[in-house]
Amino acid sequence: MLKRTALFSAHQKLGAKLIDFGGWEMPVQYTSITDEHLAVRNAAGIFDISHMGEVTVSGAGAESFLNSVLTNDIRKLVSGEGQYTLMCNERGTVIDDLYAYKLSEAVYFLIINASRIEPDVAWLDAQTAKFSGDLKMTDASHNYAAVAVQGPRVQEFINTVIPGASSSAMRVNAVNDLKKNQIGGFKFENHSVLISRTGYTGEDGFEIVGSDESIQHLWDKFISVGQPFGLKPAGLGARDTLRTEVCYPLYGHELDEETTPIEAGVGFFVALDKGEFNGRAVLADQKANGVKKKLVAFKMTDKSAPPRPHYPIWANGASVGEVVSGTQSPSLNLGIGMGYVPPELAKPDTKIEIEIRGKHYAAVVVPKPIYKKG
Amino acid sequence: MSNIPSDLKYAKSHEWLRVSGDTATVGITDHAQAELTDIVFVELPAVGRTVKAGEACAVVESVKTASDIYSPVSGEITAVNSAVVDNPALVNTAPDSDGWFYKIKLSNATEVNALLSPDDYKKQIGG
Repeated sequence: MLKRTALFSAHQKLGAKLIDFGGWEMPVQYTSITDEHLAVRNAAGIFDISHMGEVTVSGAGAESFLNSVLTNDIRKLVSGEGQYTLMCNERGTVIDDLYAYKLSEAVYFLIINASRIEPDVAWLDAQTAKFSGDLKMTDASHNYAAVAVQGPRVQEFINTVIPGASSSAMRVNAVNDLKKNQIGGFKFENHSVLISRTGYTGEDGFEIVGSDESIQHLWDKFISVGQPFGLKPAGLGARDTLRTEVCYPLYGHELDEETTPIEAGVGFFVALDKGEFNGRAVLADQKANGVKKKLVAFKMTDKSAPPRPHYPIWANGASVGEVVSGTQSPSLNLGIGMGYVPPELAKPDTKIEIEIRGKHYAAVVVPKPIYKKG
Repeated sequence: MSNIPSDLKYAKSHEWLRVSGDTATVGITDHAQAELTDIVFVELPAVGRTVKAGEACAVVESVKTASDIYSPVSGEITAVNSAVVDNPALVNTAPDSDGWFYKIKLSNATEVNALLSPDDYKKQIGG
């Protein structure tokens, strides 16, 4: 039996096509992936992200605990700020990638991938058992639903949907005063919701976490207030094409327990100078001495079918790696993707080939992100 | 609501067949294109290739996924529609006319009798 989010009946009413995504029955598209994708790039889109997990970590030891299990330096956060970070094991490979928010002194809020809630919580439990400081950790995933509202026009109507100043975390006079990566607690109707200026599309936008009831009401209000601005409900299909264009990693594709953040090209979020943390020795060694595989972005240069995950990558007559994400780019109207290759083939302009149903098609390594605004 | 022209025969795997003498034209149904949406690529069989009924002989790709197309009948491919290769969106806009895939010379005309009638296909897709 698939799990359903608080917005399930809203999706059904909109005629969404539903798929199994990590055990959740989620909308893959409402009308068309391309239309939904372009709505987010040009105007606005709203996504159900209630399947994602939430973990709260608090107590006097929370900061030093999180700095020992996450790769980024959590001490850089002031209350009301968040950061992208990764959780690694002792081999330096990735258990999950996540957002960590500091809500107030010694109170942190983690947003983790839906498919990784169980392994993450099991791993964190094992780490807390070894930790001696004052610490309280709770898997709060069941308490929350969430939406992401993304696109260049969202700033024009978000204050109408959720009027008023914040009352906790980052203090601002209105939602739209939040800056990138800031998070504030706001009142919507009688509900408390957490709103961060973050997203997974490469566009400006917000992610909103709250009770099932608050998110159900918010969804309806966004749809009605946002419609004149071009807002459309958008499914996981568009979410995947949007994030692939801007080269955001997706766990299970770019990241897994056989891959390190350095290999995946997210070393910027690994603070080797902050002191000891899980995987540090391996990651420091890779940063100094190099890696055996490297994540690259590519564009097809031959007319071909869209590249897909697991298609072989070839160079100089040899199979050198595998595609991990690939699609037809709705913004660029050509095949794009990401894949792992040996580091000597990772430079932009390197010519590679993608094997599609037994035939080789020319592609070229390009800088990340593949798609840039303007 | 899917369009199901009454002059066509249908395969359970959502291809249609228009018979004319000893040759037939093959494409995918309106229902199939609606399920796929956003068709971005079509790969067709080579002219002259011999295919068996039920054999995968073409591929249609949407943004999300690649799907095999199965020949509803056996025979030799006599023509392919290069217009859908150049403009795959034709399959979305005109699935049972300009969006046809290939023509096939039937090697066993009785296979046509095993295909679904418009009414039976309508039942299959719950229409």
